[in-house]
Amino acid sequence: MQKTALAERKGDALMKSGADILMDSLKKESVEVIFGYPGGAVLPIYDSLYDAGIPHILARHEQGAIHAAEGYARITGKPGVVIATSGPGATNIVTGLADALIDSIPLVVLTGQVATGVIGTDAFQEADVLGITTPITKHNYQVRNPKDFPRIIKEAFYIASSGRPGPVLIDVPKDMAVLAAEVDEDPVVNLPGYQPKLTPNYLQIKKLGEEIAKAKRPLILAGAGVLISKAHEELKTFAEQQHIPVVHTLLGLGGFPANHPLFIGMAGMHGVYAANMALSKCDLLINIGARFDDRLTGNLNHFAPLAAVAHIDIDPVEIGKNVPTQIPIVGDAKEALEMLIEQNSEKAESEEWIKQLHDWNKEFPLKYERVEDRLKPQYVLELLHQETKGEAVITTDVGQHQMWAAQYYGFNKPHAWVTSGGLGTMGFGLPAAIGAQLAKPDAVVASIVGDGGFQMTLQELGVIAELGLPIKIIIINNHALGMVRQWQQTFYNERYSHSLLHSQPSFVKLAEAYGIRAFEIHTEQEAKEKMKEAFALNEPVLLDFRVEQGENVYPMVAPGKGLHEMEGV
Amino acid sequence: MKGIITLTVMNRPGVLNRITNLFSKRSYNIESITVGSSEQPDISRITVVVQVENDKELEQITKQLNKQIDIIKVMNITNQAIVARELALVKVTAATQTRSEIYSLIEPFRGSVVDISKDSLVIQITGEAEKIEAFIELLRPYGIKELTRTGTTAFLRGTQKTQGTAKNFSIV
Ligand SMILES: Cc1ncc(C[n+]2csc(CCOP(=O)(O)OP(=O)(O)O)c2C)c(N)n1
Ligand SMILES: [Mg+2]
Repeated sequence: MQKTALAERKGDALMKSGADILMDSLKKESVEVIFGYPGGAVLPIYDSLYDAGIPHILARHEQGAIHAAEGYARITGKPGVVIATSGPGATNIVTGLADALIDSIPLVVLTGQVATGVIGTDAFQEADVLGITTPITKHNYQVRNPKDFPRIIKEAFYIASSGRPGPVLIDVPKDMAVLAAEVDEDPVVNLPGYQPKLTPNYLQIKKLGEEIAKAKRPLILAGAGVLISKAHEELKTFAEQQHIPVVHTLLGLGGFPANHPLFIGMAGMHGVYAANMALSKCDLLINIGARFDDRLTGNLNHFAPLAAVAHIDIDPVEIGKNVPTQIPIVGDAKEALEMLIEQNSEKAESEEWIKQLHDWNKEFPLKYERVEDRLKPQYVLELLHQETKGEAVITTDVGQHQMWAAQYYGFNKPHAWVTSGGLGTMGFGLPAAIGAQLAKPDAVVASIVGDGGFQMTLQELGVIAELGLPIKIIIINNHALGMVRQWQQTFYNERYSHSLLHSQPSFVKLAEAYGIRAFEIHTEQEAKEKMKEAFALNEPVLLDFRVEQGENVYPMVAPGKGLHEMEGV
Repeated sequence: MKGIITLTVMNRPGVLNRITNLFSKRSYNIESITVGSSEQPDISRITVVVQVENDKELEQITKQLNKQIDIIKVMNITNQAIVARELALVKVTAATQTRSEIYSLIEPFRGSVVDISKDSLVIQITGEAEKIEAFIELLRPYGIKELTRTGTTAFLRGTQKTQGTAKNFSIV
């Protein structure tokens, strides 16, 4: 390797292997934990990791590693770090990358690659990882010179965590980790094309203030952007100051306390009636950090038809993408809210409106029928809320149980909700809980999973058992791919094509095989007892709740329908 | 409608892949894309001609491109005063009887003959896409054996008189 001018001046160039430089660079980014799985192409990296002093969690499948990293990132706001080997290791993380991109989760993912000399020859465990991951990463790199590690790592962490966060992948050919290079102590970030805009345009903020003063039926729609920019305090101050009620997206839950008098509920396909009617009737809609996803908006032709729309988003692409927007505000949610609070414009005359929304909530609350001797999934979620006072960290998988968790848990605290929204990734919930628990060792963590999705990544029980993570695994066991079953019931004439799980293992015995305590629960009485018992134990516990198979998630906006056309209210 | 976007990009591995990928991921239609070096080392310039439904779609494309880390600058020059050029090579059947007729077509279009064989000519022509299309149509009756076009490369003129919508192409 060539010497740099600086090192020549010093006279003693410091040479290290690429892998050692990589470890130094990760330490500089204060990486607390790496989730990974070794293999041939990353052996030099793992050799360096052996005594690098960075904790590493050995997942049982690379998909588990990347979902755990996502859980860690959601809770801390810092990039989750993943290492996977070339070829199959890299292809096993594809789902996690797509999940992280669509839900704006910061990750820095290192994949091994065959040595530069054989790239393109279909060498053993070679896959075109840059090609495969280009559409599902915020950015990706392939290291072509070991001296670039410090710059690339610095850039990767910056790109992953700034602006709209997302996954950054670094493909590391094996020889790049082995070759020695001079250490670049002070790498310079060279990203002229990347300058996220943080500070909103003052004139747009002013315009929004004027609209608020005029509004009779203002509404805040708060998305994950509020949580990502850590703006939950500002959101509360702003809503209170201006008298504006708040509805949440699925991913936004916890950004505004569920027990606050201005909180109306979650909106969208399985949102509460009042929240969806609020969106349908408001005259001013202030979207803060949500991307107007189709599961939230329903049929766009009927979405917020009476409203002037203001949209605060750090990603300019999202503004006007799905919903015409009169007041575009590009910038960080926290900065925007600070400016709005500071501006302290005349507040909205919204008393009647707020009363109307609360009346709707009273008249059309979430409801389910309790039947003696039968266990309802909604009851389990309510019980969980009581047991943990709405303050636990909750991760979920995807399906009916996820929607019930969102509806019934009642999030009073921010950064306590980890779910796969945009991609809807089954298999996400259990590994995500591992990352969440490692991010907050003292927190109470519960992972709510379906009997279907649990079986997609249950191998990660091995990690939970090995580390003794006191995660409470709550299986909402309906012996079905419940959400699919519900759609087949509703839209496909009850033709249950491959959605009923007739054969299942004993989840209790399965947990016990890993040395994890477990209970099977059939009644409300058992549920109460075992829930209490589980949360009193400072160890992992699996609770297999045998719930009613035919229960459906309501209310619901059918696909193609507007938010005002809810069924099952 | 047709949109013309120019990009200034870092000359890094994978850049072009990221750009073309973005177009297919969002199902935008590329009509042509040209890539080459610029006046600065390590920086390339790309011209993309896209087929879009409306201005809103063009704006989305522009914003999506802007998000790419290695793209330094995106300009939607569709309605600006621009210099836009494309080069085409046309191999046309030219028997002795028709040869002089073909030559008479080349002159007004300022094309040039770059290869001659017993029964064909290769003609090079540069200009705006419309001019090239007109020329190709004139040659078609003689029998086009092979045709290749580079796609449009473009940038803004030195002077932008008004920010209006008037198209300001030159004839040559
Ligand atoms: C990886 C993946 N495959 C398929 C689906 C489609 N899908 C969505 S929900 C669902 C059913 C999930 O069943 P289960 O985990 O038991 O949860 P439940 O709906 O019963 O609560 C399926 C198959 C998906 N979201 N992700
Ligand atoms: Mg199920």
